[in-house]
Amino acid sequence: MKKVSVEINGKKVTKEIQDHTILSVFIRENLNLTGTHVGCDTSQCGACVVHVDGKSIKSCTALAADVNGSKITTIEGITKNGNMHPMQEAFKKLHGLQCGFCTPGMVMSAIDLLQNNKKPSDTEIREWLEGNICRCTGYQNIIAAVKEAASKM
Amino acid sequence: MKTFNYHSAKDVKEASKISSSSSAFLAGGMTTIPSIKLGLASYRDIIDIKGIKSLSGIKVSGKSVKIGSTTKHVEVANSKEVKKAIPSLAALAEGIGDPQVRNRGTIGGSVANNDPSADYPSACIALNAVIHTNSRKIEAEKFFKGMFETALKSGEIIEAIEFSIPEKSNYQKYPNPASRYAVVGVYVAKHKSEVNVAVTGAKSCVYNDKDLAKALSNNFSSSAVDAVRISSSGMNSDIHASAEYRANMVKVFAKKAVEAC
Repeated sequence: MKKVSVEINGKKVTKEIQDHTILSVFIRENLNLTGTHVGCDTSQCGACVVHVDGKSIKSCTALAADVNGSKITTIEGITKNGNMHPMQEAFKKLHGLQCGFCTPGMVMSAIDLLQNNKKPSDTEIREWLEGNICRCTGYQNIIAAVKEAASKM
Repeated sequence: MKTFNYHSAKDVKEASKISSSSSAFLAGGMTTIPSIKLGLASYRDIIDIKGIKSLSGIKVSGKSVKIGSTTKHVEVANSKEVKKAIPSLAALAEGIGDPQVRNRGTIGGSVANNDPSADYPSACIALNAVIHTNSRKIEAEKFFKGMFETALKSGEIIEAIEFSIPEKSNYQKYPNPASRYAVVGVYVAKHKSEVNVAVTGAKSCVYNDKDLAKALSNNFSSSAVDAVRISSSGMNSDIHASAEYRANMVKVFAKKAVEAC
């Protein structure tokens, strides 16, 4: 067993976990934050994207023990005072989702893009989101939503 | 998922000391973790080396670019120094996987894993790299032994990879649409006294195509590539591409790389 301390969405937590606990499992089952989804579980689909120390990573392919001492942000941590994050607003307004399964990962990945590139072009958005797979929308509205959010953030 | 004991090593000595025949070193984990999850590998001990500060960082001198083994792909891709010294190496790093993979995956992990379709092994061959480990220095030509096989011994840790700065170079690949691994990738590098043409994805292990290298040493132009016959013998044939298709792609990408140099 390992003691893991992280700051998740601004809150400090310490949990005793098995050494081989995967980060996505830790977030969903130990911390009960089920907004982070697990789709393929093989780091292809991106539904499980969270931020660790400000950078987007796929939580299905990291060990919880390995992020000990880090600051983690999940989809639950981006709202402020009950208001949606501009990226969430834009996805809602422009129908950047249908079933919504991939959306937490899309939103977290897109926020990281705007941290690196404030005004991305369509191509840059498409290239950045190549690690996030949506099987509903065909991506057009997702790209539009990211552009909309970029203009608001 | 099979259980294991997780260790975070504070220095190379400690990491090497804990290692055994049933342990693995963990850097970015982009291959190791999926392999364990899929049941393709199991270990008693996982030794995390990411916390070892001396293994990370980029140093550029007049003749070489030395990159610490736990340096992430994103760091190589964004490094102003690498972009200036060997632009093709920064571009290669930018083309690995997706942003989340580049935020975690490391150069040392990629080289130690020696996946037949990985990008970095081709850079090592093309750029006459020297692999620095905790016990010796190994030339890239002697390092990559076969499919997922390297010259590394049990307990040996890659500390850094040192690339020679070429006169000019370029890397071209056809990325698998799902994984972005190279279905075929060709890294051409023109050094003062030689040309290397490293090919990844085509065979079971990265290799330097001596015929293309010789032709380009005599005449560094895409027309020199035209005159070389690439045999499909020994090339991979799978659902992504036949051996004949790969053989043709080696030529196509060698030409593209030369033209982009």
